[in-house]
Order: sequence, then structure tokens, then C-alpha cells
Amino acid sequence: MFKRIRALIIKELQTLFGDPQSRFLLFLPVILDTALFPFAVTLDVQNNTLAVLNRDAGPASIELVQRFSRAEAFTHYINLESEQAMKNTIDNQDALLVVYIPIDFSRKVASGQEADIQAIVDGRRSNSGQIALGYVQSIVQSYDNERLVEAGQMAPSQIILRHWFNPNLDYKFFVLPSLVALITTISVLIVTSLSIAREREQGTFDQLLVSPLTPGMIMVGKTVPAVLVAMIQGTLILLAAVFLYRVPFEGSLALLYLSIFFYAIAVSGIGLLISSICETQQQAFLGVFTFMMPAVMLSGFAAPIDNMPGWLQVVTEANPLRHLIVLVKSIFLKGSSTGFVLDHIWPLVLIALITNLAANWMFRRKIA
Amino acid sequence: MNKTKAQSEAISWRRLKALCLKETLQIIRDPSSNLIAFVLPLIMLFIFGYGINLDSGATKIGLLVEDQSEEAHRFAASFYGSKYFSVLPAQNRKQLNDEIMDGTIRGFVVIQQNFSDDLKRPGNSAPVQVVTDGAEPQLAAFVQGYTLGAWQDWLSQRNLAQGIRTPGQIGVQERFWFNPSADSRNFLVPGSITLIMTVVGALLTSLVVAREWERGTMEALLASPMTRTEFLLSKIIPYYVLGIVSLMICVTVAVFVLGVPFRGSIFALFLVSTLFLLTTLGAGLLISTLMKNQFNAAQAALNLAFLPSMMFSGFIYEISSMPSPIRAVTYLFPARYFVTCMQTLFQAGDLWPILLRNSMFLLVSGIALIGLTARFTRKRLD
Repeated sequence: MFKRIRALIIKELQTLFGDPQSRFLLFLPVILDTALFPFAVTLDVQNNTLAVLNRDAGPASIELVQRFSRAEAFTHYINLESEQAMKNTIDNQDALLVVYIPIDFSRKVASGQEADIQAIVDGRRSNSGQIALGYVQSIVQSYDNERLVEAGQMAPSQIILRHWFNPNLDYKFFVLPSLVALITTISVLIVTSLSIAREREQGTFDQLLVSPLTPGMIMVGKTVPAVLVAMIQGTLILLAAVFLYRVPFEGSLALLYLSIFFYAIAVSGIGLLISSICETQQQAFLGVFTFMMPAVMLSGFAAPIDNMPGWLQVVTEANPLRHLIVLVKSIFLKGSSTGFVLDHIWPLVLIALITNLAANWMFRRKIA
Repeated sequence: MNKTKAQSEAISWRRLKALCLKETLQIIRDPSSNLIAFVLPLIMLFIFGYGINLDSGATKIGLLVEDQSEEAHRFAASFYGSKYFSVLPAQNRKQLNDEIMDGTIRGFVVIQQNFSDDLKRPGNSAPVQVVTDGAEPQLAAFVQGYTLGAWQDWLSQRNLAQGIRTPGQIGVQERFWFNPSADSRNFLVPGSITLIMTVVGALLTSLVVAREWERGTMEALLASPMTRTEFLLSKIIPYYVLGIVSLMICVTVAVFVLGVPFRGSIFALFLVSTLFLLTTLGAGLLISTLMKNQFNAAQAALNLAFLPSMMFSGFIYEISSMPSPIRAVTYLFPARYFVTCMQTLFQAGDLWPILLRNSMFLLVSGIALIGLTARFTRKRLD
């Protein structure tokens, strides 16, 4: 039996790695994605443009404008002259945010009254806008505090803030572990589901079926190469994360590979299940996609799961991608304990069992 | 002889109609294309309408109050009162440690033992310890911002109660143009339509030419008098119609079911969508023409069309915050132009300067992609 499975696995690996175009497509995307995505995926606001319309010529407004132009979050600064220019700047997305300083600002500040400035944000990008607004507010606040100190009033309390696991809130720490999950998902799904659909379309699947191989053995023969691909791709991304991006690896490698292993089996089960329903490669590919797109969106990668409505958070428990992202991130950044890891591996094992059994049942039913 | 050759290079409308009919029947009879063109868009819209949310909800934080004074409790109350936090009281530091490790809380606040004494001592600042879970940077930033807010509220109330007069503070009044409630759904839903259009345009077509070669039906087509132009048009027209129908469904659901405002004109929507569909269809067909088989075409389409349109389009991740080499890369992917157009059309209306600028880019990339496809389309078996 093992000899037969081995022969099947060797055949699968040959089709996968034998063709230069297909070898290229398995590894080039990993390298490109690892090189580009960590820089693209950030919800922080950097290198942005701030525009200011200053109607006031007093000392307080000049001081404030100088502080804005020195701020690190905004590398470009536009000085506006009119309301019309302000409208155009926002309309054409030349700046994310415009600060408007009214004419009586410095006078009010000098006389100790409360003074307001306006921040106009491009609502088409309200999320980045809110973050940029946060920077503007903190600049104003530090100016306020300095004026308090000058007036001889120190705040009686202070906040001491620490970001654990990621001291500078660098999004690369968040993206790279998630990328392991994202890239392996694509490969495993395609390798399992499309390879069976291809055999069907070309008629070689019938040849496999008349061979002494049982459907279970065929499934093993398709799963092993997929798991191998996932392990190799995962390793490449991990190496890049640790050695090129310098993300500190705090946890246990054994636990990490154990997680990827069970994840690959769970996802290859989904791939096999899809291919057991589909007749053609197109159907298999589009089936893969119909699973993958919602799975990526509901994985905690695109937006935090904590912010989803309660019922949807429950739905995400069935999403293997969600569990792998939690696992890789926690092992990588937090050095999670074995107990925590096992708590999140068992849903993967459960998903793997259900999908593989269902796929096996579908294959048997089709043969009969 | 020469005459027949000249004839075969011109478009025969009868042949084109027949080829389009063949392609249309193939689309209609395959349940998987309907799944992608009509069912998946609805699933995605509902996920983006109800599930994905970049706004701050009530973030879970732990709170440890070591000081039993009234002052410390008043400060703690400002966290319980905040709508941005759901506070889990903790008994000791070990509990906070454990909870932040397994993600039960996204940050914690410790009010230390001698907090109220430190407050009273002049020239001394009573420290408040705040820790966030940096593994979730977005939530960590929320915790940072809103603890600061709660702390300031408490301070100014304390000043008021004790009759301490402070010089007037500077207030920042915020105005969100186009989207006054700063609801992330209003820009995520139009952006997600871009993702859906990419899928319909590029993924479906990425397989069609590779499929003809793999199945050997290409040989039958080559033996016919069909010209290259007719062949490409027969692949573009039916999928263009499918894309437009899918777009109409998306926009209708977005506006009437999800309640996302649409302030532009149908004409502008139609114009930019047509241009965008041409570029994605062009990209899909180019992939399909260059790849040897459907297996490789599928992988190329996922990696070249789908992932970039999620990462580099500015639909979730702000392009202007990316480092400049990456910003340069984003110009290569047509999705970014369409995202800008859709977000503008939905929320701001027909702002022609920005629509035209992006349409120009779409037009150029569409012509380039379809031209390249024509260039690589072989009419010979070798």
C-alpha cells in the first residue's frame, strides 16, 4: 500500500515541479509578495500631505503652523490661500486633511479664552483621515501642555505607555505572520483542487480509478504534495521575516510547523471537497475562489475580528485561515505556550476531519 | 487567393455573432460562472456591508485598580463610562498578563497603589501604566488614543471640581466631508465593488483561451476562417456584458440594501466601469494567452489580478502612506484608478478633474493590455 501511495506522490511532485512555468508560479509569487506586501499593508498614516489655510496672522497661529510643518506623520505641507483652494485640495485628494485656522484664533489664545481650529477630512478615506486627525490633535495637545507648563501648572498625572510584542506598532510585525497563512492557502487550494479537476478533464482520473488505488489513497497522494508546498512556502516567508525584516521570533518552531501542518491538511481537505463536486478546472478554480475570498476577508487580516458583529465572530470560528493567523502571530510575536497553541489547533483538526471525510464520501459516491 | 486573404482579415459580423453566441452559451450553461458573477458579489457585499469594519468598536481592555482611594475609583469610572472600551476588571498583574497573551484583552491600564498620594504631592506626576497588544496594531492604536482621551476627561473634570483655572485650551473641530459620520462602510463597499469587478473580469477570462488550447478546441477554431480580431472580440463582448450586469447588481444592492449613498451620475459610472472592465478583461485574456494551461493561468490570475487589487488599490490600505517605490508599483495595477473613481462617485459625486485623470490611466492600460494580448495570440499550431 505504501509503495503505491509513494509512487502516486512521486508522480504528483513530478507534474508540480517538472514543468518550469509551473515551478516558477509556485515560488515567484511568494518572493514578490514577501518583498512588496509588508510595505503596502499598513493602516498607519505616514508620508502624508497636510494642507493649512491660516486666516490669522497672530503669533499663536504661526507657532501652531510651524509645529504642523515639522510633524513626522506629514512629510508634505501645502499652504492654502483661499476657501476655493481648500475645496479643490480635498476634492482632488491632494491632501488627506486641511486645517483651517480662523481669523480671531491668536487673539483668543492670548486672552486665555478657548480657541477652536477646524480639521476638514476627506471622508472618502475616513479611516486614514481619522488617524491623521489623531496626529493633528496630539500636536495641538502638546502645544497646550507647553503653555500650561509656562503658566506654571503641571499636570498632576502622566500616562506611561508601552506597546507589548511590537514596541513601535510596526505593521510589518502583523503582516508577515499573516502572509504565511495567506500565501499557503492559495497554493494548497490550487494544488489539490485543480490537479484533480485537471485529471478529470484530461481523462487520466479514470485511469487512476481503475488502478488498485482506493479513493482514500488518491486523496493522500494529492494531500502530501500540497502539505509539502505549504511547508516550503511557509519556511521561505519565515526566513524573510526573521532575517530580512528583523521581526523577532519569540516562540517555538516545532509548534509553528505543527500548526502549519494541520492547517495544510484542513485546507487541502477543502480543496479536495471542492474538486469532488466539480467537473472542470474552471469550476474548481471558481469554487476555490468562492471559498477563499470570504475566508480572507473574515480572517482578521483585512479587519480585526474583535470589531465584527457577534454572530459573525462565531461564523469565523469555522474559518481555518482565522485560526492559522492567530496561531502564527501568537507563536511568532508572543511566544505562546503549548496549551494556547493546542487550543487553537483542535479546530483545525476538526475542520480537517470533516472536510476530508466529506471529500472521501463524495469521491466514493461518484465512483459507485 | 489574395482576395480571400483580404476578406478574412476584415470582421465578419455573422461569424462574430456566432462566436459570441458560443461563448455566451458556455457562460450560461456553466453554473460556476454564475456563482462568480452573481452569488459571490452578493456574499462579498454583505461581508463588507455588515462584517468588515475599520471603525473603532468597544475594544476590550483589562483594568487593575491597586489604589482604593476615591480619586482612583473616579478615574477608573472614566474607563467604564467610555463607549470605546469594554472593561474587564482584573485582580492582579498575572491575570492581565495571561489575558493579553491569549488575546482576551487588547490592552490594560494599571492604577498603582499610591496613585492618590502622588496626585496630592506637588511637583509630582502620578503615573498611570497603559499597555497595548502590539500584535494587533490597529486595536493597539485605538487603545492608545482612547485611554488618552479618558485620562484627559478625568483631568479636566478634576480641575473643574477643584476650581483650578487653566488657560483656555485649543479645540480641534472635525468635519468629514462627503462622509460626515466617518463610517468606514461608505468607502469599503464602493472599494469592494472594484474587487468584485476584478474577479469577474480577470478571473473568468484568465481561463478561457488556455482552456481552448488545453482541450484542443483551439485547433478547430484555427481551422475555421475566424480572424484574430473576431476571436478576441468574441472573448471580450460576452464577458463585458456579464461584468456590467454584475456591476448593476452590486450598485443596486449597495445603494438600496446597504444604504451607501451614491452621489454621482449613472453616465459617469458607466464610463469608468467600461474602461475598467476593458483593462481587467485585457489582463485576464493576456494571462490566458501567455499561460500553457488552465492550472498555471489560475495561479497567475490569483497572484497578478486578485492579490494586487486587494493590497495595492487603496481600497483598504492608504496608498499615500506607502513608501515611494511601492507607490510607484501601485500605478501598474488598474484597480487603484477604479477604486478612486468609485469612492469619488459614491461619496463625492461627478468630480470630473479626478474622474478624467483616472479614466485616462484606465484607457491607456486597457489599450496596452488588449494590444499585448492581440500581439501574443497565435494563429498557428507549433
